[in-house]
Amino acid sequence: MYKILEKQVLSDVTKLMVVEAPHVARKARAGQFVIVIADEQGERIPLTIADHDRAAGTITLIFQEVGKSTQQMGELDVGDGFYSVAGPLGHPTEVELYGTVICVAGGVGIAPMYPITRELKAAGNHVITIMGARNKSLLFWEEKMRAVSDELIVCTDDGSYGRKALVTEPLKEILAARAAGGDEVKKVWAIGPTIMMKFVSAATAPFETPTVVSLNTIMVDGTGMCGGCRVAMTDGAKFVCVDGPEFDGHKVDWDNLLSRIQFYKAEEQQAIEHWQHAEDHECNLDVAARELAASGES
Amino acid sequence: MAELTNRERMQIQRQEMPTQEPEARVGNFDEVALGLTWELARLEAERCLQCAKPHCVDGCPVGVTIPQFIKALREGDFEGAVRAMQQKNNLPAICGRVCPQESQCEAYCILAKRGQSVAIGRLERFVGDYSIRENSNPPVPAPPTGRKVAVVGSGPAGLTCGMDLAKLGHKVTIFESLHLPGGVLIYGIPEFRLPKSIIQAELKKAVDYLGIELRTDHVIGNTYTLDELLEEYDAVFMGTGAGLPSFMRIPGINLNGVMSANEFLTRVNLMKGYRFPEYDTPVKVGRAVAVIGAGNVAMDAARSALRLQTLHAERQRLTAADEPIAAGEVHVVYRRSRAEVPAREEEFHHAEEEGVIFDFLTNPIAILGDERGNVRAMRCIRMELGEPDASGRRSPMPIEGSEFDMPVDTVIFALGTSPNPIVFTGAQGLERTKHGTVVADHETGRTNKPGVWAGGDVVTGAATVISAMGAGKRAAADIHRFLSDPASEEGRSKKED
Repeated sequence: MYKILEKQVLSDVTKLMVVEAPHVARKARAGQFVIVIADEQGERIPLTIADHDRAAGTITLIFQEVGKSTQQMGELDVGDGFYSVAGPLGHPTEVELYGTVICVAGGVGIAPMYPITRELKAAGNHVITIMGARNKSLLFWEEKMRAVSDELIVCTDDGSYGRKALVTEPLKEILAARAAGGDEVKKVWAIGPTIMMKFVSAATAPFETPTVVSLNTIMVDGTGMCGGCRVAMTDGAKFVCVDGPEFDGHKVDWDNLLSRIQFYKAEEQQAIEHWQHAEDHECNLDVAARELAASGES
Repeated sequence: MAELTNRERMQIQRQEMPTQEPEARVGNFDEVALGLTWELARLEAERCLQCAKPHCVDGCPVGVTIPQFIKALREGDFEGAVRAMQQKNNLPAICGRVCPQESQCEAYCILAKRGQSVAIGRLERFVGDYSIRENSNPPVPAPPTGRKVAVVGSGPAGLTCGMDLAKLGHKVTIFESLHLPGGVLIYGIPEFRLPKSIIQAELKKAVDYLGIELRTDHVIGNTYTLDELLEEYDAVFMGTGAGLPSFMRIPGINLNGVMSANEFLTRVNLMKGYRFPEYDTPVKVGRAVAVIGAGNVAMDAARSALRLQTLHAERQRLTAADEPIAAGEVHVVYRRSRAEVPAREEEFHHAEEEGVIFDFLTNPIAILGDERGNVRAMRCIRMELGEPDASGRRSPMPIEGSEFDMPVDTVIFALGTSPNPIVFTGAQGLERTKHGTVVADHETGRTNKPGVWAGGDVVTGAATVISAMGAGKRAAADIHRFLSDPASEEGRSKKED
């Protein structure tokens, strides 16, 4: 059991938890992730490590409640714990001195972008951060981001806070202005919904600006064993868990990825319904199905 | 029973193990083979001729003293049978279920030449199950030696190596990347062939009686590197298996509905996806499934798919009584013929009994999708067997113009696996082959890297549970020799707690 030491509600659906996991904290670096299981019946879900404290032996996880597992995790409190936390997994972000760079963070992607932004700034880059969300209530960490950025642009899709725009709009403006001024942007990072990363990559392509995206796919073990996370790239299929999670956004077959992440949509819905239903009472159908399927567990 | 003559022994028929009927078992994940009763086991044990020079033992990768355990068993000395077994085998209830006995001990049995060998595997299982049920003869560790060994991977190789070393008094820590120990036993082999309760019972011995420390959620290569472990431990054994799946290089492998057998079986076994939504991990299996490959993993995947289809249809029947659906069909698609099927005979037989459809001499050349990116068919070509290749097997050649489309919605690749490379990050200088396997001495498990031993699938590529156990056992013996050698004491002080 990995104890939850701190919990913050960043928005209605976004939770932050500081978790005791010394084995992960000792090696964790920006860009890496962990596999978390809520309880014994839980599924293995990948979450990016938003921060870590080696001395305290803790890591910070931030997640948006989108399915049954994350909703259930969101209900946990300080003193509760996770059944399993494995990691750190994946390659860390490569950070060097590039010059001017842009970090584009969408929604819950703000969390994993924070340590990358901080490292880029510490390496001496001129960091422009664009953070956005559907609406104001989904935004968090504006001040934290401002503190590690040279310039910060905040936007919302509906205009409820900051500029009313998709993150790609200010991105294109900056890329064009800097290219015209001969002070081009050297590199772009994008973390957020897959569709956002697709359009960020499309926006940077005409400028040939190297673009790093952090992919979030279907994944089971997270160690290269299942291959469920494979992504079609222009140079062959790659596994997000061991080859990534960061990739060259210009090489990703986005439409294939967008299709693949929908594969278990119906089951996700079924899991939520089953769970909400079970909060009231146990369904007789489940009892029957359990008796049917579980007799082999004795 | 009075002492029988050899002639009388040879007149006893080989005892069949009771199994669940095929029609019933496709609707559950319960164990298929039910085990011998004492009556049947005693009769079977009476068949053993107690050869003065038993060949069966030569056929066993861990050298179980087969005639001794069988003799004790037929005398009703169950404890003696367990003791004889445990001299060589820590995990008899597991081996008795998953070993390919027909090509090992039983193939060497003298009776095999005259018909039917003694059913050694079934007797082994009987003894293993007795030992679990009665908790008989729990292992006792030797006094502590003060030496520390790290074992990477808790599958058959790592468990065997760790248990042998712990018995000898060494302090053993096993690192496992998943949340549950057991390796392929827990994520790969289905409940209906090896119940999880059996694995848990065998593992309990390791932890409770041998004081082995088990650290799950540790991904060696990331969480700690091998080089870091060497700073803290006197020896390291790598038993990380072959976990990396292979896909064919054909168009369409990224369509929805295409997966590795590893993913499919991990969802079903480790994550208990067959009990979704009670368990959170979904596993999707369509109405027309094609499993590519014909090894044991392919049989496990095909048989699991059949069960999921049946359970799904049953659930459908319960919820929508007026719209019953057919369970569906599962194909095993294999490019060679029946004669070359690499799966164990018993697995093939069970799959066939349960209704798996075998498409021999058939090879996929493309997977076709619909407009939504889901699998709708698999384009295949018929094959014929040509001249024997380097391996002695007749190589399959495509028959020109024989392409056809097989309508399927799920494609599962069971084409073998290779070692997972994560563990090699931070294992400086460790020699590997071009296939990614570790170079290690067959007899000792020693690698070129001082202090590091390796065994099981990480050395051989995907093989069997028992060959991994054999490698773990030989490595444990050599690690013990190394740790007992005063020369290895050098530098020991820095590794003390």
